[in-house]
Amino acid sequence: MSLGASPARGALRIERAVKAYGRDGARTLAVDDCSFDVAAGEICVVVGPSGCGKTTLLNAIAGFHSLDGGSIHLDDRLLCGPGRPRADVSSERIVVFQDGALFPWKTNLDNVAFGPIVQGTLSRAAARDKARGLLADAGLGGYEDVYPSQTSSGVRRRIEIVRALMNDPAVLLLDEPYRALDALTKSVMHESLLELYVRNRLTVFFITHDLDEAIFLGRRVVVMTARPCRPKAILDVDLPYPRTYDVMGERRYRDLVQEATTAVHEEAMRAFDVGDKEGPS
Amino acid sequence: MTNARAPHLGRFGAWLRSPAPYLALTGYGLFLLTWYLTVDVFAVGRFARMPGIASIFHEWLSVDPTYGVSIHTPIYYQHIVMSLGRVGIAFALATALGVPLGLLLGWSPTVKEYVFPVFEVLRPIPILAWVPLAIIMFSGSETPVVFLTFLASFFATTLNTLLGVRSIEPSYVLAARCLGASRTQVFRHVIIPGALPFIFTGLQISVGVAWFSLVAAEMVSGQFGLGYLINTSYTMVQYPTIAIAMLTLGLVGYSTSAVVRLVGDQLMSWRRREHAR
Amino acid sequence: MSATASMLEARPARAGHRLSRLATRLRETTCSRSRRRALISYGVFAAIWQLGATSARWLGHPVPVLSNLPPPTAVLTTWGHLVLERGYWHSWLTSFVRVGGGFAAAVIAGVPFGLAMAMSRRLRGIVFPVFELLRPIPPLAWVPAAIIFWPTQELSIDFVIFLGAFYPIVLNVLGGADAMDERLIQVARSMGASRWNIFRRLVFRAVLPSTLVGMDVSIGITWEVVVAAEMISGGGSSGSSGGGLGFFIWSSYVGGSYPQIIVGMISIGLAGYLSSAALRRLAARFLPWLEASA
Repeated sequence: MSLGASPARGALRIERAVKAYGRDGARTLAVDDCSFDVAAGEICVVVGPSGCGKTTLLNAIAGFHSLDGGSIHLDDRLLCGPGRPRADVSSERIVVFQDGALFPWKTNLDNVAFGPIVQGTLSRAAARDKARGLLADAGLGGYEDVYPSQTSSGVRRRIEIVRALMNDPAVLLLDEPYRALDALTKSVMHESLLELYVRNRLTVFFITHDLDEAIFLGRRVVVMTARPCRPKAILDVDLPYPRTYDVMGERRYRDLVQEATTAVHEEAMRAFDVGDKEGPS
Repeated sequence: MTNARAPHLGRFGAWLRSPAPYLALTGYGLFLLTWYLTVDVFAVGRFARMPGIASIFHEWLSVDPTYGVSIHTPIYYQHIVMSLGRVGIAFALATALGVPLGLLLGWSPTVKEYVFPVFEVLRPIPILAWVPLAIIMFSGSETPVVFLTFLASFFATTLNTLLGVRSIEPSYVLAARCLGASRTQVFRHVIIPGALPFIFTGLQISVGVAWFSLVAAEMVSGQFGLGYLINTSYTMVQYPTIAIAMLTLGLVGYSTSAVVRLVGDQLMSWRRREHAR
Repeated sequence: MSATASMLEARPARAGHRLSRLATRLRETTCSRSRRRALISYGVFAAIWQLGATSARWLGHPVPVLSNLPPPTAVLTTWGHLVLERGYWHSWLTSFVRVGGGFAAAVIAGVPFGLAMAMSRRLRGIVFPVFELLRPIPPLAWVPAAIIFWPTQELSIDFVIFLGAFYPIVLNVLGGADAMDERLIQVARSMGASRWNIFRRLVFRAVLPSTLVGMDVSIGITWEVVVAAEMISGGGSSGSSGGGLGFFIWSSYVGGSYPQIIVGMISIGLAGYLSSAALRRLAARFLPWLEASA
């Protein structure tokens, strides 16, 4: 798979999305009148204060729960909206979870090969071969026959992403995947993610708190307001790919970080004043 | 903490070098000593009526025991085999029924809403309270005993399996669905392996509960078996034999638990390696 | 900006509001789908029981296991009569007293014992192996030994009950201590707390949740042992100082009044359930912060 080999897919269009939690009497609005686009083949990073509703949005795209209003389209196809509150869960939109979700009872190889096997698109042997190939491409050969628990968390994250890529998803949804990692491991993760991105031309929807991470990875960075979330500012990160860590020294990068920081800080103060409890955003 | 000179000793060697085994020996030693002192040597008050350590072990190991039960007599093993057999059948049945039921109850809210209420009404009833009913319902002397043992085991297994399913991290299920697994496939690839640790803890508890019920049932009805042996030794005033039966119970009960645990470790080798890191 | 969240929260300003909310919730719970299904479940169960028990009459020939049972209708009528009898409630009281006593003794002995083992590795190394050695021996197997040893039958029953309740509590106290976050102790030590203070403020509070779980398990076992002891000693050699629900069941069996057996069984189940519920209520009263952190 190389750059530009197939037309990029995964364009997301979120229009006036609304989602509230809780029963009558104590409903809290997590997402309100939220609209923005993600272009096909683009890395779009969503940042915002804790608890603002970012994960809710991601879950709606993935089909884990319904929307109360508004709509989401994928490549001009309706995912969820009026008349169809909840999107189907399918392998065209794969989530990589915050604390990792590699199955502890399968080896890394079997984990990666899981998707095609259960979908029936490849035989077990063929799936395992393909998985081996992908892992080797990603520089992860050698970890195949051990269990996730015997692997470091950084490597586990990378394997999880490869597992997703096995299924050729239209959109890769990442919910603060590197949150629990230390800064050094994170930098390795970033570079490997970008490498995979450049090779596969995915559409990536990435949620994080970390502004450096956001600007480093993203093509566009959407800064969300405090709960209920809607886009407060959308930054155009016009730094060219492939990016390496030297880019952090550049003037343009630092300006962008400054801009984002100011915007996020305002919202963080608001969230703080309200005394919102941190938790799944 | 591996010794470079004897690498094959590994973890066992480390255990030997820690204070653990010596403290344990001290404990056992103190226990036996106290028993010996209070019963055999000083014969303090009520303790005088208890069988002394010496007499118990003497009886247990003698070739021609006074009361006819020792490791050299075939009847000793008959009792053990009877009890073991009953526990074995009851446990096997309870597992065969309880694990699938528990999995279903944990997985499908519909099934749970229809089945769990009756289950929860029956569960608090102590097993022994079922004895008269069991005798009335089933003919013969074996079936009631096995039924009671089965019942206790069944409740424990089902409940723990249910909890096991509940304890699975939702993100595993969601991840599997994202990767294209159907509900049945999620059940097979995520639910069952994910619940396995809990299931095996439950099975160990279940074995313990099975022994508990078996002994009680044997003491009340039935022939042969360790519980029966305790009861008859008591009525026939053969005190050392009571102790022999109790100690045997402890040993056999512990071994069955250990077997279950080992089987679990085998099936869940991915856990073993996690701890071995 | 907090208005957003609070705007959507209902503000029951008037009592009328509150009443109508209560009515809605009541309607929800009683007519909810799960309630209906539970009722269906009980209904089917009772129906099978009734049909099986009376099968000799309407089917012609008796169904294997079920036909030996007394039908639910007989059980209900018997229960109706029993509720008016003093002896029935006296059995309740006797059993409850035994359970309460044994359980309390086990808690009083078990919690400090477990905590001592948790605090001192040496003590634990010495005592725990013996503890574990004796654990697989079912409490009932101790009955004859207890009868030989203790002067009165009541004491021997109580001893066995104590034994049954003791083990889960100790195990759970230990388990709670083991699971405790080491760092909390380290923080306390670095702040200069004495050993006693660490124990009192940290360890004790930290093991409370799992101790409560242990108590819950323990209550269940206590009921098992109480019933067993009552049946065995009551139905065994000396039946005079029996009493209690276990004895009630056994004497109903011996006396041939089968519906009473089932009444006894259900009563015990109910009693067990009530004690667990009471325990949980107490825990919720004294440890409200547990709920919040759950």
